[in-house]
Formats: sequence, C-alpha cells, structure tokens
Amino acid sequence: MTAKGLPLRSKLATSLSRSAAALSRAAGRGDGSVIGGRIGLIIDPELLANLAAGRDIALISGTNGKTTTTRLTTAAMSILGRVATNGLGANMPTGHASALAKAGTTRYAVLEVDEHYLDQVLTATRPRVVGLLNLSRDQLDRAKEVAMMADLWRTTIEAHPEVHIVANADDPMVTWAAATAKSVTWVAAGQRWHDDSWVCPECGARIERDGDRWWCNGCSLSRPTPQWAVASGGVIDPSGTYRDVRLQLPGRVNLANAATALAIATCFGAPIIHALPRLADVTSIAGRYATVVRDERTIRLLLAKNPAGWLEAFDMAEQAPTLLSINARDPDGLDTSWLYDVDFSPLRGRRVLITGDRAMDLAVRLEVNGVPFDHVTSFGQALAAVPPGWFEVIANYTAFQDIRAELDRVN
Amino acid sequence: MSTESRLRIVWIYPDLLSTYGDRGNLLIIERRAALRGFAVECIEVRSDQSLPEHGDIYLLGGGEDGPQALAAQRLRADGGLHRAVVRGAVAFAVCAGYQLLGESFFAKGAQYPGLHLLDLKSDRGPSRAVGELAGEVNPALGLPPLTGFENHGGRTHLGPEAHPLAEITTGIGNNGTDEGAWRGRVLGTYLHGPALARNPALSDLLLLWATGVTPTPINDTWPERLRRERLAAVGFR
Ligand SMILES: [Zn+2]
Repeated sequence: MTAKGLPLRSKLATSLSRSAAALSRAAGRGDGSVIGGRIGLIIDPELLANLAAGRDIALISGTNGKTTTTRLTTAAMSILGRVATNGLGANMPTGHASALAKAGTTRYAVLEVDEHYLDQVLTATRPRVVGLLNLSRDQLDRAKEVAMMADLWRTTIEAHPEVHIVANADDPMVTWAAATAKSVTWVAAGQRWHDDSWVCPECGARIERDGDRWWCNGCSLSRPTPQWAVASGGVIDPSGTYRDVRLQLPGRVNLANAATALAIATCFGAPIIHALPRLADVTSIAGRYATVVRDERTIRLLLAKNPAGWLEAFDMAEQAPTLLSINARDPDGLDTSWLYDVDFSPLRGRRVLITGDRAMDLAVRLEVNGVPFDHVTSFGQALAAVPPGWFEVIANYTAFQDIRAELDRVN
Repeated sequence: MSTESRLRIVWIYPDLLSTYGDRGNLLIIERRAALRGFAVECIEVRSDQSLPEHGDIYLLGGGEDGPQALAAQRLRADGGLHRAVVRGAVAFAVCAGYQLLGESFFAKGAQYPGLHLLDLKSDRGPSRAVGELAGEVNPALGLPPLTGFENHGGRTHLGPEAHPLAEITTGIGNNGTDEGAWRGRVLGTYLHGPALARNPALSDLLLLWATGVTPTPINDTWPERLRRERLAAVGFR
C-alpha cells in the first residue's frame, strides 16, 4: 500500500514512529526499531495491519535460524522488486510496524516473527506464505513448553487456510503444526536436536527414527515427502534438480536455511536460477558468522542461544582452537542447567578455552564430558593463548555481545 | 549394592521426567563412581517399560504437570521402585520427581496420589519460585552448604517422618524455610543446576549409601570453584 492510501490515523502513527526511531538512534539506544514501532502502535493499534495491507508478505518463524533465513529470503526475493524486512531481528509486532513504516512503499515484505507472536502477526499482516523452521527448548526458565508452542502454531495455521506453509519435514513438532494447512511445501531442513520431539504431539506415543525417516508408533504422523532437500554443497529443488549454492555462511544448517529461503521465494514467482546468486549477498548478521583479523588470528564469531544452537555451532566450527563463553544474564536465562543438555564431545581433540560470567559451570560440565580445557579471564587472554591462524568463538547471547564489543561492534 | 561388583544406576522415565539438564545428575554420579573404581551400568527406563528391581541408585528428574501425573500413575502401577526402596536401594529425585515421592502432589488443577516413599505433601504456591537457592544442610547428613537453582510452582510440607534436607538462607525451596527431604536412603530436592554438579558431596553421600564404602577423595578443583562462586553470588557467609 502507498503512504497516500493509509488512513489518516495510520499516517500520523507512521510519521511519529519514524521520528521516534530517529530520536532513539540519535540517543544511541539501539537501532530504534522497537521504540519507534511501540509509539506507532499506541497511536494506531491497526497500524501493523494497515502497513501490511497491499503487500505480498512472507513470515518466518522458529526457534533457531529465523534471522538468517529472513535475510536469505529477502535476498532471494530482491530479484522481484523492493522488499521490506526487519533484518535486525526486532521480531515482535512493534518491530514489524517499524520496519514496514521505515521501508515505505514496497511490493513485498519478509518478516522474522518471534514464535510466540506468530498468531498475532499472521492475523494482522495476512501473509501469502509462512515459513516454519524448527521448534526446540529455548531459555528454559521462561519459554513455553515446546509441545505447547507447536499446539499454538497448529491452531493458528488451521484458522488461516488461505496461507501457504513452507515447513521443515524433519522436525516432528513443526510437521504436526503444519499438517492442518491447506497447502504445504515440505523442506528437508534437518534436525540436529531430537530431545524435544521424542513424544508424539498428536497421541503421546513414541516417535521412532531411522536415518532421515521418522514416524509415530501410535498414530499416522510421519515424515512427509519433502519437495526440497539439502545435498552436499547445494540443494535439490522440487523438480529433483541439484542446485549449487554458494553461501558466505558456514554449515549444513545454513544450506538448509537457504533451501527454505528458496522454497519461500519461489512461492512468490522468483525463478530459482536468478534467486540463487543473491544468496551469496548475505554475509554476517549483527556479528554472527563475522570473521575479524586481530594479531594474526582470524576470529570467527558463532552465536549459540540454546542447546540446538550449540550443536549447530559445533557442526559449523572448523577444527581449530575454540573459545566458549557463557553468561547467565537476563536475556540468556538465569539457569545454566541446559549445559547438560548439550553434548560437548565434538570438541574433543582441539584446544578449548573457556570464559564468561559462568565459566565455572562450563568447566564442571566439560570435565564431566571429558573435554580438556583452559580457563581464561578475558578475550585478550584467550587471543594470546592461541597460535596465529583460525580461531573459533562460540558464545551465548550476552557473552557474544561482550566479545563483539571487544571487536569494535563488528557486524 | 548388588552381589555383583557393578553399580547399577537406573534413570526412571527420561521420556517423561527430564528437564533443566537433569541428565547431568546421572552423568555426575556415573563419573564419580567410575573414578572410585566401580564398574557402572546406567539403565534408562522408558515409561512403557517395567522398572528393574536390582538397581542400586534410582534417579527421578523434573517435568511438566502432565508427564508428572502420568509418571506417578505408572510408577504406582509398576510397584518396582517401592520394592527396591524397601530392599535398601537409594532413590534421588528432583523437582516434579521429588513431589511424586510424597503422599500427594498438585498437577493440572487437581491433587494426585504420590508413591508414599517420603512423608510429605505438595501443593501450589502463591508464586513461582525461580532463582538461586542456598542453605545449611541438615547436620545429620554431614554435608557442606547446599547450592542450586530452583524453578517450580509447588510448595512442599513435610510430615514428622521426613527430615528437611536443608535450612534455607536464599530462595524458597519447600516453603521458604526448608528445602528438600530425606528419610533412610530416599532423598529429594527442588534443585536443578544440576543438583549434583553443584553439590558433589551429596553425590558422594548417595554413593556411600549405595555401596557402603566411603568414597575416596578426588580432585574437585572445578566443582569447588563453582560452589564458591555460586555461594558468594548469593552472599552466603
Ligand atoms: Zn502419534
């Protein structure tokens, strides 16, 4: 929709929201997308719906990979025209309103949505496509149970039969949630973390697995046949054609994110061959996957916010000295018990350093896990302790921000 | 301990009762037993399997209301844990697993019968107890201070047959005054962290109960540093 077409109240809300965001940025309080959107939504609760009206929209949600997949989808869809997006991860309704207001008139929008807000945002923005990546435990002392989240998604999707779903066929909880949709594209996006999907959300029986296949012992829930799959160095599209994918992002998990992005983009009519090269435009995201050269060390930053994220990070990390940093401040969750949900044994055989507010919790965990380590009290000490060359850094949320600050807020 | 010189640790229903890193308790006991030269066998028992009765240590973890009620129902029907405890086996239970060892507990809006292995009743508290917990352990157990992380909505009231595990200095625990309970070789606590990672001496007490042998000292540099840091963080003197 054009700005001209907005109701007067929404126009006022949009303009105030933009100036509040600008003020917030000027005051050095983040990028201002949340505060701007919040002011806009107070003035006009329908603002998000009005800003969304007339755009072709994709929403992307899940526990892990939503910021990256939103970036990749936006890049793939950019061949079709201008795309509005909340690329900085402000993934609640205020962030969406702010992103759409800031972008002005665009034909398309790709929005990352916090999994708790999917229902609200889907109702407000009436998207054409919703991409569902995965569901696993996150910030244990505050999040809703995984099965409860899947149930919320399922109800939302059932209530919106007009929306096309792109969903991960390898995640039983996502599959069950998406199964009520009228039309679904299934992506074999993988599931490294199985511990939240051993029990069938439909009937409570045990989920069995054999290689890629999974099925419920008690009912008909089973892995759907995927239209998109990940292969070594590329993806296989619905015609069965292998497509080479060149990414600047590491790991099989990002190839899977690319497959989901392509699956979504093609729903809007983006030809695969034109969309593919755009995926390489996505580099680091707010410091994630960034590489920084310091004192002859090439430092790569990997963010891991929950157990599934840690397993993915181990998969991405090169066989090189690795620093692990753990905090337990509010945004991280105050409980470090989740360390015992993660198997750190993939790190055996490499130099491991540990740091962060809760390094001692990590020390006890690694000792039990049989992973030798050294404790360092600062990032500088860590850097001095490793030889020149590749240096992996894996950290949880606030620990990651601390290290990013040491590296001059690398993007 | 059973006649064969093998320590059997039974993890009860990890498919229902396993939250907040509860597997850590199993890993800690296993490691500390192995360092003392015991051959250890870990047996994970799913809720659709019957409970082996020859175990030396039985572990119960935490869980949501639904799985907790289901686990209690299945354990009552199975009867194996009760027989093992009567025989002298050790039971160590955390959070939802702790509550279901008592007379009754509150889940899904109703009171459910427990296993009657500890003289206590649990109901719902006015607010959720979330955060660090610390306290002085019951002197009869001869253990250093208790430390851990609690996250539960329940309150537990001990009867005369159950001893409190600790007097609280920080946190809520059972009821704002004491935390956990034990009787004989059955011990329960609300603590995660996991509990035995934060309290290696408690882990060794369970080993002593199970084997009759006082565990030899091992290098506890990292667990001790963790304990000092956590206790200092809550101002424990
Ligand atoms: Zn089923």
